[in-house]
Amino acid sequence: MAQFPTNIRVQARLDNLYTLLEFVASCVKRQGAGEQRIRQIDLVMEELLVNIFNYAYPERPGDVEIACRIDDAGRLMVEIADEGVPFNILTRDDPDREAGIEERTVGGLGIFFVKRLVQEIRYRREGGRNILTLTVDSAPAEP
Amino acid sequence: MEIATRKEGGATVVSVKGRIDAVTAPEFEKGLLALIANGDTKLILNFGELEYISSAGLRSILTMAKQLKAKDGKMFFADLQRPVKDVFKISGFGSLFKILDTEEEALRQI
Repeated sequence: MAQFPTNIRVQARLDNLYTLLEFVASCVKRQGAGEQRIRQIDLVMEELLVNIFNYAYPERPGDVEIACRIDDAGRLMVEIADEGVPFNILTRDDPDREAGIEERTVGGLGIFFVKRLVQEIRYRREGGRNILTLTVDSAPAEP
Repeated sequence: MEIATRKEGGATVVSVKGRIDAVTAPEFEKGLLALIANGDTKLILNFGELEYISSAGLRSILTMAKQLKAKDGKMFFADLQRPVKDVFKISGFGSLFKILDTEEEALRQI
């Protein structure tokens, strides 16, 4: 089990997805989360990471770093940082979830999942890095 | 992820086991689009052993649905487990597609 604080830094590519998911799952597990919550956080992390893999480094390879720590109130904070092009995913519009099959797209759905499943998410650009900070409770979110 | 396919009545039942995520969605989509191209246009996706789906998987499902619509086909979903059910609910896919509790029920209705 992970001891807090703990972090991992790898190249931002799809090959590393499962390594990163396992890292965060071990943090969430240590906080006492059950199977349902672990799957929810898997989803949150996949959506955020795949976005970084696809868009952060259009011209050169780069890294992604994830850090888990416990805040003063005892809550798990997960921080995801990249050194890619400035991008605040939180500014994406929510998807149209009423459209029929022909007009429907899944653009924006990933971040919509994230907002529904974590307690808080913040973005900042600092020192040439995009930094997303998530507050993650160990109880499952009611979708 | 494992995909198993069988014909039953006039329908094709596709059982998917494991995860449909950004890593496995391309294989899932390729397999299903091949079926559709092959004329299997009445599909039942049995998700009884599907543990996880992300937006990458939903994107594949949407691509398939658009192709099926052009061919007057049908795609029903059966036996969704909790994590997958939640994702269908949040995304609104739950009201976009026909979802049945069991494969038998899906076979009766398709």
